[in-house]
Amino acid sequence: MDFLHFISTNRQQVLELTMEHITLAGVSTLIAALVGIPLGILITRIPSLSKPVIGSANIIQTIPSLALFGFLIPAPWIGERAERLAILALALYGLLPLIRNTYAGIKGVDPGVVEAGRAMGLTGRQLLFQVELPLASGVIVAGVRIAAVLSIGLATIAAAIGAGGLGEFIFRGLAMVNNQVILAGAIPAALLALAVDFLLGLLERRLTSLKSRS
Amino acid sequence: MPATPISPAALNGAVIEFDRVFFILNGRTLLEKLTLSVSKGETLVLLGRSGSGKTTSLKLINGLLTPTEGEVRVSGLSTKSWDPIRLRRSIGYVIQDGGLFPHFTVERNIALVPRIEGWDRRRIEARVRELLVLVGLDADLASRYPSELSGGQRQRVGVARALAAGPPILILDEAFSALDPITRSEMQKEFRSLQQRMRKAVVFVTHDLREALLLADRIALMEEGRVVVNLPVAEFKVSQHPLVRAYREAFAGPEEAR
Repeated sequence: MDFLHFISTNRQQVLELTMEHITLAGVSTLIAALVGIPLGILITRIPSLSKPVIGSANIIQTIPSLALFGFLIPAPWIGERAERLAILALALYGLLPLIRNTYAGIKGVDPGVVEAGRAMGLTGRQLLFQVELPLASGVIVAGVRIAAVLSIGLATIAAAIGAGGLGEFIFRGLAMVNNQVILAGAIPAALLALAVDFLLGLLERRLTSLKSRS
Repeated sequence: MPATPISPAALNGAVIEFDRVFFILNGRTLLEKLTLSVSKGETLVLLGRSGSGKTTSLKLINGLLTPTEGEVRVSGLSTKSWDPIRLRRSIGYVIQDGGLFPHFTVERNIALVPRIEGWDRRRIEARVRELLVLVGLDADLASRYPSELSGGQRQRVGVARALAAGPPILILDEAFSALDPITRSEMQKEFRSLQQRMRKAVVFVTHDLREALLLADRIALMEEGRVVVNLPVAEFKVSQHPLVRAYREAFAGPEEAR
């Protein structure tokens, strides 16, 4: 009950840090999607790029998050503000699921349907936007979902470089050896991840049932 | 149906011509010196077993493939000189089990080519209604999705989609093969009467001799990438070519047993 007491006496700050957390995770996932989805599409068109692109995204994923934050500090403009730095790092982590799922989603579209589209005289662009992307949308949203949940979790570490978010409580609690404070950061972050996972899961199911038809 | 004229005359009025076409893929010769022609109002059936090159031949007509050697001409122009998009929109294509877009309703599937051709909405709606009647589908199926249809209904939608923009050419790849025998026989009869009215240049691919005899004006029997026999249907029926006889025997057996 100490934990609830801590939350209610500090609700202003909990709310503020939650908003920061949502911004960090939201913006980084958005950037990851804006870069990752087109990259995923690109490598379905130029197959020779698929290995290097997916490989690079894979390597980024293996860099420990604290180290990645550190590596990015010297970057111009980005390194000036901790939030920018955190968003960039989180976006980099989100790339792999988005590239991989976009690629797998498009590759997974029934080749008979794609060929039918080509045979009807659809242009490459029409085929992409009217057939391939709609039919891959469920798998692509699953990628967004993975990236978003990943980002919400990793964003707690962004507090280590002063980027704010719910990680502030966690690090403060660690320093104070105070579990209530740690939980005040960890629990809202976990709830946030669950909520986002659930909502995007609903969307994913909707899109998937659309293609085989509810 | 008028008797189909033999080569020289047909070549003049031919809508589709294969002129000594070779198609070689990864060192394998899939089509060897194919020469064929189809004129307006004529139905050519490519008959043969799987792997004999029937589907490859169809894909050469709509430019999904291009010949390694020789030329395929559509309306007198080599498929290599056609804008592939224009070429394909002037050819209706019907595929086994429809090849419909699962995320489009029946209506949108049928309207596909008219829509990308930029027809106005009224004209598209009227055309879709007209086509549903033509292929014998209930108007209230228009808002359904392909997965909510039976195999026969899907195939009818596939035919309607192929006919939508009024292409002069129709190519069908095992269009009715996946259907149950009764639906298949229905569709074959309807297709024949449809073709008698439409008078398109039709190439129909099948491995079923009975279907070939029912629909064809002319049958080209293919084996290992070559046309072995190419005859008007009346002559095909009595041909003594060993492969033709083999086909007749293969199909006669169960027929007599019934």
